[in-house]
Amino acid sequence: MALVEKKKIMDENGVRRAITRIAHEIIERNQGVNDLAIIGIRRRGGPLAERLAVKIGEIEGVKIPVGILDITLYRDDLTALGPNPLVHRTEVGFDLQNKTVVLVDDVLFTGRTVRAALDALADLGRSRCIQLAVLVDRGHRELPIKADFVGKNVPTSKKESISVKVTEIDGIDEVVIEEKT
Amino acid sequence: MVFKHRKDLLGLAELNRAEIESIINTAVPMKDILTRDIKKVPALRGKVVCTVFYENSTRTRTSFELAGKYLSADTVNLAVSTSSVQKGESLKDTIKTIEVMGTDVMVMRHSMSGAPHYVARNTKMRVINAGDGFHAHPTQGLLDMYSIREKKGTLDGLKVVILGDIQHSRVARSNIAGLSKFGCEVRVVGPSTLMPADIENMGAKRFYNIEEALDGADVINVLRLQLERQKKGLFPSVPEYAENFGLNRKRLSLAKKDVLVLHPGPMNRGVEVASDVADSAFSVINEQVTNGVAIRMALLYLMIGGASE
Repeated sequence: MALVEKKKIMDENGVRRAITRIAHEIIERNQGVNDLAIIGIRRRGGPLAERLAVKIGEIEGVKIPVGILDITLYRDDLTALGPNPLVHRTEVGFDLQNKTVVLVDDVLFTGRTVRAALDALADLGRSRCIQLAVLVDRGHRELPIKADFVGKNVPTSKKESISVKVTEIDGIDEVVIEEKT
Repeated sequence: MVFKHRKDLLGLAELNRAEIESIINTAVPMKDILTRDIKKVPALRGKVVCTVFYENSTRTRTSFELAGKYLSADTVNLAVSTSSVQKGESLKDTIKTIEVMGTDVMVMRHSMSGAPHYVARNTKMRVINAGDGFHAHPTQGLLDMYSIREKKGTLDGLKVVILGDIQHSRVARSNIAGLSKFGCEVRVVGPSTLMPADIENMGAKRFYNIEEALDGADVINVLRLQLERQKKGLFPSVPEYAENFGLNRKRLSLAKKDVLVLHPGPMNRGVEVASDVADSAFSVINEQVTNGVAIRMALLYLMIGGASE
């Protein structure tokens, strides 16, 4: 079952503009950046979180703490993924107590990854609140989860899949809809 | 993917370098979990780990039990000395009983070399060898390698001295088996009565003079002197052993300036290792215990964390 590129929905500029807009929305929603922290979900949420933190830092003139969450050990589909998916480190080098945490991922789909990430975050400490930012929301939720900040809403069919590439990992910034053939 | 096509962990000799690396790499995020306030992740919910120890143990058994609990597995310990084994139940029947209660992984220690291999052939459970006779203690070998890599940044090409009773040491054999896959120069040194004749066939270099062996060492792994061996006349006296083969400050100075001192525990302070050496900045003996939990978490996760085949 191969995946064929069907349509490019964001290029480098599109991704950059989405990040910039979300950065502004985060500041506006939280009336500033007091106690704000950005945490990305491995893998592609990591670089996106880093970029958001830098952008917000530029706008507000402060350094925003940023971390990376590995949710492998929290997945509800661990036994369906095949033998032992690789575990990586969670790198959150600050206390979550009383922080406003913005959780960042590339694609919001079933909501199961976010569910796992919420559990993982709760085990790291009691943040004041958690908000969700995603580059693409493609629908088809299986859990009652909704993003607070969305780069682009992309209605998709279940046969399609969304491929997000980021420069830090893939050498290019783009979002593409692919279809199974 | 170490355990995709491999059911059990019985020794390090049968693992290749990449498999050992993937176990050690997985132990790194596991160790992070140990440093958190909430030391628990749900990865092994609904899985059962049973420890069956036919020999005494403090750290190995406890660390397997905690490793399972930190990953949310249910862990149970069969206390052999108060079990039906004492009524004469055979090993095979005991194993079957444990298997049909729903156990996924059995962790086993036995005084007979090869006992875990026999069990592994006769059960669907995954089996981890937690020490069999003089043969192998793979999780100790892995945690030693992890402890060394953590401090040195690499294992490649290090000079590692294993000091003491090599003959009766499964720890020595597992260290040699593992480290030799990373191009380490493994030197073994101890009294000739406690040195197996064929040890060089495993890839170790044999020394009888401790000063020569320690020269330029990156790591010294000190073995416990099993005091009961003295009764068998394998060495004259404990003080004489300490005099000739104990690791003291003076001998330590022959090794590299950033040498690491390891000991699998339990220690006989003042015998195989001087107390001030065991408590010095060179010693990673306590950290080995922490790393042991992380390595065992990694193994349990790699064995039963994903889908069963």
